[in-house]
Amino acid sequence: MTSVAIEVFLQTLIAGLLLGGLYALIGLGMTLIMGVMKIINLAHGELMMVGMYIAYWMFVLFNIDPYLSVFIATPILFFLGIALQKFLINPVLKVEAILPENQVILTVGIGMVLANLATIFFTSDYRSTPVSYATNAFYLSDYWKASPIELSLSVPWSVSFILAVIITISLWFFLARTDTGKSIRATAQDTDAALLMGVNVKLMRVVTFGIGSGLVGAAGCLFLPIYYLFPSLGGQFTLIAFVITILGGLGSTIGAIIGGLILGVFESMTATYIGMGWAPVGRFVIFVVCLIFLPGGVASLLKRKKLGK
Amino acid sequence: MKKNIPLIILAILAVLPLTGTSTYMLHIVILVIMWSIIGMSWNLLGGYCGQVSFGHAAYFGVGAYTAGILYTKFDISTWWGIPLCIIVVALFSLVLGFIVLRLRGPFFALATLASGEVMRITAENWVDFTGGTMGILIQKRTWVDKTWYFYIILIIAAVTFILVKKLIHSKLGYYFVAIREDQDAAESLGINTTLYKTIALCISGVLTGIAGAFYTSYMGYIDPHVAFALHDISIITIMIVMVGGVATFWGPFVGALIMVLLAEFIRSMPGLGTAHQTFFGVLLIVIIIFLPNGVVGDFKKLKRLVGLGRASS
Repeated sequence: MTSVAIEVFLQTLIAGLLLGGLYALIGLGMTLIMGVMKIINLAHGELMMVGMYIAYWMFVLFNIDPYLSVFIATPILFFLGIALQKFLINPVLKVEAILPENQVILTVGIGMVLANLATIFFTSDYRSTPVSYATNAFYLSDYWKASPIELSLSVPWSVSFILAVIITISLWFFLARTDTGKSIRATAQDTDAALLMGVNVKLMRVVTFGIGSGLVGAAGCLFLPIYYLFPSLGGQFTLIAFVITILGGLGSTIGAIIGGLILGVFESMTATYIGMGWAPVGRFVIFVVCLIFLPGGVASLLKRKKLGK
Repeated sequence: MKKNIPLIILAILAVLPLTGTSTYMLHIVILVIMWSIIGMSWNLLGGYCGQVSFGHAAYFGVGAYTAGILYTKFDISTWWGIPLCIIVVALFSLVLGFIVLRLRGPFFALATLASGEVMRITAENWVDFTGGTMGILIQKRTWVDKTWYFYIILIIAAVTFILVKKLIHSKLGYYFVAIREDQDAAESLGINTTLYKTIALCISGVLTGIAGAFYTSYMGYIDPHVAFALHDISIITIMIVMVGGVATFWGPFVGALIMVLLAEFIRSMPGLGTAHQTFFGVLLIVIIIFLPNGVVGDFKKLKRLVGLGRASS
């Protein structure tokens, strides 16, 4: 391997890890909802799109930095999620129908309406946020003069990644240490047992949907400075979130984080070594391989290790 | 009397072009029939066998591209695509079924959704073979007049209807319903669920593929965004069956009629064209909440609702 090849490889790896951190945040929201409610939220990517548009308009109208918009978009998405769950999904959970997948189809309908409303109100133009630091980067050679290879680290990517890590850690703290978090985990593990232990399962479902939406809204704000924005971007992120959920193991938080990182690295490798357009096919390949060889996801590996002790 | 209803409808449809309907009307009827074929095939897999597929665009697109590639690469008429796509789509369904049928419920749904997307991306990127985003244009249409297209699609629809009806009333159909109701129970009673799910997927895929091959011949143009469209094909297919009625014979027809007319109506309204997905989405939400078994499945409930509305006013 020449030094150029090593440089390309390391650069790809870094880009993949940074991307993976953000993916993990998207996957976390879905895995939470899936764990507690046992349904897949196919409007997940569209909710992220809503979060991105909130951050975009905050930037354009009030000149609020997208990173600060996390504090605006997350609460809005939280309440939007609660409203969706309370008024649309909950009624369907009670309805008797031939197909049990009605709730999933319902979330498709919600996603369609959200994406189409965004097209109507904001047109289908591609937009990006012209933040002043968009092209700034750290260079390895600035810090280590004698370095044999040159690596760069984009500023907005790094900031987004760090914020994603902070949000993930605070979520973990919330789930592991607070009463509400413990109730949510109990509901995910066994709904009936949680109900018997006096957990308000109904409330937990609503709260979880809200938290999941809020998380993906935050992810949208973090994605805005490094990505462009258009109304139909939701679909691809829904797929990403789902692949991460499968890869990580259904309903597993740690799994989602590891899954996100794996997917990010894999995707950035596909883009560098095979071709930009094939990255989504790479996603499907990893999905299929995971289903065939590791149906329980990363979480099952972790569990096996624990049992081995 | 009730037994003859399909024959009567077929007879009425068969004389339709002779009564001098306008080309536009005929076009709408062709679209309705094409969508009911896709709806029926989805219904076989989703409604009777319980495997809700979000990726029927994959089969539709493979069928459409089989016909299109025959024309561009081998210079054969696109009509040969209809018999050929039976083999191609059946093989494709076998391969895909091997992967996606391991999954259940919502996971199956998402895996099929991903498969449709992957097919679209493959068609976009494999430029040498599929023509990429440029698509395939059939320069010479077989007929200018729509009458023959109408009869061809009508025959396909009639065959599909008979096939689905025979299947559902055969032993196979009961296996399908058993798998839908409880897969584990079906397995424990000695039904080879994987085999029967694969059969359902293959038949459903092939029927959809035939509709796709017809689409290429009829429209004369396909590209990855048309043939593998997520919203305009996969989701619309589900909507047709959901609106019409899951696991009913007439559901796909009623659904196709409602959806095609609604789509045309929205398109003709100035200023509403861009909002058609909002209308579809809201309709889907309303149907799922209030008529979960569709217009045909919940016909009694619908009648009562309308009756109540009349009584109160």
